[in-house]
Parts: sequence; structure tokens; C-alpha cells
Amino acid sequence: MTLPVTEFERETFGSFVAKAFANRSFVTGFAITSLITGMALLSFFWTPYDVTKLIVADRMQPPSATHLFGTDQFGRDVLSMIMVGSRNSIAVALVAVGIGMGLGVPLGCWAAARGGFVDEAVMRFNDLVFAFPALLSAVMITAIFGPGAINAIIAIGIFNIPVFARVARAGALAIWPREFILAARAAGKGKALITVEHILPNIANLLLVQGTIQFALGILAEAGLSYLGLGAQPPMPSWGRMLFEAQTLMMVAPYLALFPGFAIVITVLGLNLLGDGVSDVLDPKLRRQR
Amino acid sequence: MTSYLLKRLLIGALTLVVASIVVFSVLEILPGDPARLMLGLNASEATVQVLREQMGLNQPILLRYLDWAGGLLTLDFGKSYTYSVPVAELVAERVVVSLPLALMALFLSTVIAIPVGVFSAQRRGSAADTLSMGAAQIGVAIPNFWFALILIYIFAVWLRLVPAGGFPGWNAGLWPASKALILPAVALALPQAAILARVTRSALLEVLGEDYIRTARAKGMPRSHVLWRHALRNAMIPVLTILGLQFAFLLAGTIIIENVFYLPGLGRLIFQAITQRDLIVVESVVMLLVATVIVVNLLVDLSYAIVDPRLRIRQ
Repeated sequence: MTLPVTEFERETFGSFVAKAFANRSFVTGFAITSLITGMALLSFFWTPYDVTKLIVADRMQPPSATHLFGTDQFGRDVLSMIMVGSRNSIAVALVAVGIGMGLGVPLGCWAAARGGFVDEAVMRFNDLVFAFPALLSAVMITAIFGPGAINAIIAIGIFNIPVFARVARAGALAIWPREFILAARAAGKGKALITVEHILPNIANLLLVQGTIQFALGILAEAGLSYLGLGAQPPMPSWGRMLFEAQTLMMVAPYLALFPGFAIVITVLGLNLLGDGVSDVLDPKLRRQR
Repeated sequence: MTSYLLKRLLIGALTLVVASIVVFSVLEILPGDPARLMLGLNASEATVQVLREQMGLNQPILLRYLDWAGGLLTLDFGKSYTYSVPVAELVAERVVVSLPLALMALFLSTVIAIPVGVFSAQRRGSAADTLSMGAAQIGVAIPNFWFALILIYIFAVWLRLVPAGGFPGWNAGLWPASKALILPAVALALPQAAILARVTRSALLEVLGEDYIRTARAKGMPRSHVLWRHALRNAMIPVLTILGLQFAFLLAGTIIIENVFYLPGLGRLIFQAITQRDLIVVESVVMLLVATVIVVNLLVDLSYAIVDPRLRIRQ
């Protein structure tokens, strides 16, 4: 029983990779995302300069061969700060997606499996969270529990929960009436087992696509929070905070506001393209909303 | 339709009640005593106690909730701890900045996005379509506060056409006041417009493939008539849904944008109130925004029925 299943999966995975690399959005998105991830990983071992060292003599230098993106008001190398900052952006957004998936998907699957009151309750909970403008609540949460990367993760993660719950529920509801589910039920499998063995693998592509969207939104949200001073705290560099500090220096050093912004745009763009590509390849009918 | 609306209304009201409980209890666990915060660190314990009594902080929590929630219903939000003026007054002062800003942004985003979306859908696959959807793809990825910084640099620092920040107040005249809101509105609108253009395009493309569009064309109706009267109207539902969601997003977006431009709006009020532990202001403004979101979503639901007469009968 297990052998044919794995063989089937291997085959579809192979064809997925082949199709994916023929898709322009996927290739571009994949290249950009790999580049950013690579940069974040590299920053653990090597950056052009030490971002914790303040060299006042080198402050506010425009981009040059020695400092590719220039230096800030404390003489720190902007390129190195962007590299280290990417860790923070990726980590916050990734864990926030994890929270959203980890709690939202079981919730959505539960609602779809049980229906009735449970379904209604989960949907009303979704409505409730959606009624709070996400950024507003994120500001509230981080302000109440104190600024910092961990609280930013929680704040962004909470708003991912109803998103994944909704996607998982909608996907699961479409699978439940199918014949192979009926067969599984006739074989005596319980709802929980059916969800794990049959529903989840069938909605995995939906979740993957939503995951990349929320990842991108998480990067934007983290940048917004750290711009307001509610994200990662100094000396840990973060893209949003770099932009905040650049704002007051815009008259003298406009380049300081340029590079962290590009970093955000390119990362988000890469993730969105990747998501578009994955959804095109997995299901051409599935058009992304955003 | 009526029963559907009643159900929606009921759910909206229920959401509002639960939201008020959530907001109230979340802010209850906030560290720091508002009375001590108002009086400063040197105040004696006795003075703090007197003020706590005056502010009603010593009453049981349930009573305080009911008192506050009852006040909300009659638009009596209580008195700000830090400004010592009624919250309603503060809100009224700030709403005249934030609401015009959000509406301007919504207007801008709609007048840019819908024509672009329609244009792209009409010329699907053309260079113009690829170009505008590429631009939309980038627009979605731009954080609005960064876009705001770029706008400030170009239009305020470099060209000196508009102020870089601040708000002269509506008393300074319609033009100086609106001038101060132009850049913030554009900054808020761009990422929203990008999303809206993509949704309009994909919704329209779906409709354009329908049989009745071919029928309309086959019976000799002009292309533009089919597009604007038949296709666009049927594509409006997803567009309206996104517009409703965006309004909430715009309201919250004002928190960052008003901070970028130093605008004395609701967003800045709430941001300052949170840092100053001015609970009553935070609670009231959050509830106001949540209520606005719920009402806007109800209006969106209502507008479905206006756009699509079939829904009037079905539900």
C-alpha cells in the first residue's frame, strides 16, 4: 500500500520541479529569494564590516568602492547592516507564518471536519480578528508587551491565524465531498485520521501559496513595526529602523533611505513572484488575489 | 435579503461586543498604574489613591467595563488621562485629519486602479498589460512609509512643491490644508492601487470569458458598452470586497503614515496614547476603528445587492 503512494509522490514532485523551472515567475522569485536567504546565512559568518563597531571617523560616507552602500551617522557600513538586518526580517516573518499555519490550519480543518457549531464558532472568531486592523493591533501588542522582535513575531503571527484557518477550511470543504474521502470513511477511518492522511496533502498547495503571500506581508509588517521603533531593538540592525533613522538625515544623506527600502522591495517582490509561480504550476486555475 | 441583512447586522453587533471585551481586558493587563503615571514618580501613595478613586479605578472590573461600554454607546468616551479633555473632543479634532486622508487615498487608489485593471484585462497579454501588471507587482512590494520618504525627498526637499510634513489645520484654508495631505494620501494609495488593479484585472478576465459576454458581442453590442455595462458590473463583487478590506487597511495605515508626515490624526493620537499609557484614549479609538471596519464591511455586503440584483432575490 505504501509503495505505490510514495512512487506517485516522487513522480509528481519531479514533474513539479520541471514545470516550475519553466515558469518565469517561479524562476525569478526563486532566484531572488535564494539570494536574500543566502545573504542572511552569509551574514552569520561574514559581513564586509562589523556592524556593532561604531567608527565615527567614517560616518556618513556616500557609496564608494570601500563602502558599497555608504556608511550611516555612526560610521557603520550600510551593506553589512542590510545583510544582518535580513536575518531579522526573515526570522520574524517566517516564525509568524509558522504560528499562523500551526494554529490556523488545525482550526480550519477542524471547522471543515465538524461543521455546525464548531464551524460557525471558528468563522466568527475569524470575523473578530479581521475586524481589528492588523497593523493597529500589532502596534497595540508590541506597545503593551514592550517592543522587540519576539513581540513583533507574536503580533504578526496572530493575524496569520485566521488567514490560514480560512484557506484551510475552504480547501478542506472542497475535498470532503470527494469520493476518495467517502472510501476512507467506509474503510472506518476517523475524521482526524482522514484530515491528516487525505485532506492535508490535498490542500498543501493552497497553504504553500498562502504561506508565501503571508511571508511577504510579514516582511512588510515587520518593517513597519520596526520603523515605528516597535520591532527589533538596537544594536540589532533592522530594515525598518534603518529607514526611520535615515528620515532625519534625508537632506544630507538620501542614499541612507534608499538601500534598506530596496532590500524590502526586492525581498517582498521575490516572495510574491515565487508564490505566483508556485500557484501557476500547481494549479493554473488558481489565480492569486494579490 | 432582509433576513440575511438582519443576520449580518446581528453578527456585526456581536463582533463589536466581543471586540470591546477583548480590548478592555487586554488593556487591563497593561503594566503601569495610570493614576501614578499621571502624577509622576514623586507623588505620595495617598494622592495616587485619591486620584484612583476619582478616576473610578478602584471599582470592580465588571462595573468599570459596563460603565465604559455604556459610555461608548452614547458617544461619551470619558476623559483622557494625559490631555485632561474629553476623549470625544480629541477624537473629533483628529478625525478631521485622518478621515479626509483615508478617503483621499481610497479615491486615488480607485481612480488609478480600476482603469488600469480594465485596460490590462482588455489587452491581456499585450506589452501594456505586462508593463502595468509588472508595475503593480512592484507596487504591492513597496512599503508605504518608504514610498512616503521617497515622495518627501522628490516633492518636498527637491522640488519644494508641498510641505514635508505637519498640518496647518483646516482653518488655514482649504488649499494649504489639502496640500499637506496630498503626499500622505499618495503614499497610502499606491500599494493599495497596485492590489486593486490586479484584482480588477483578474475579476474582469474571468467575466470576459462568460457566455453572456459573447452573446452580447454577437448581437452587435459595441465592445465598450459590453465592457463597462455588462462585464465590469459583474466583476465588481471581488473588487468591492477588496475595497472594503482596504478601507480598514488605510485607517490602520494612517498610524505609520501620520508618523512619517507628523500629521495630527487618529493614527498619531493612538500611537502616542499607547506610549503614554493613556488607556481610555487607546480603548476608545480602537473601538471606533473596529466599529468603522464592521460598518464598512456591512456596507460592502449591502452594495453587493445593489451591484448584483440576483443576490437580492437569492438571499
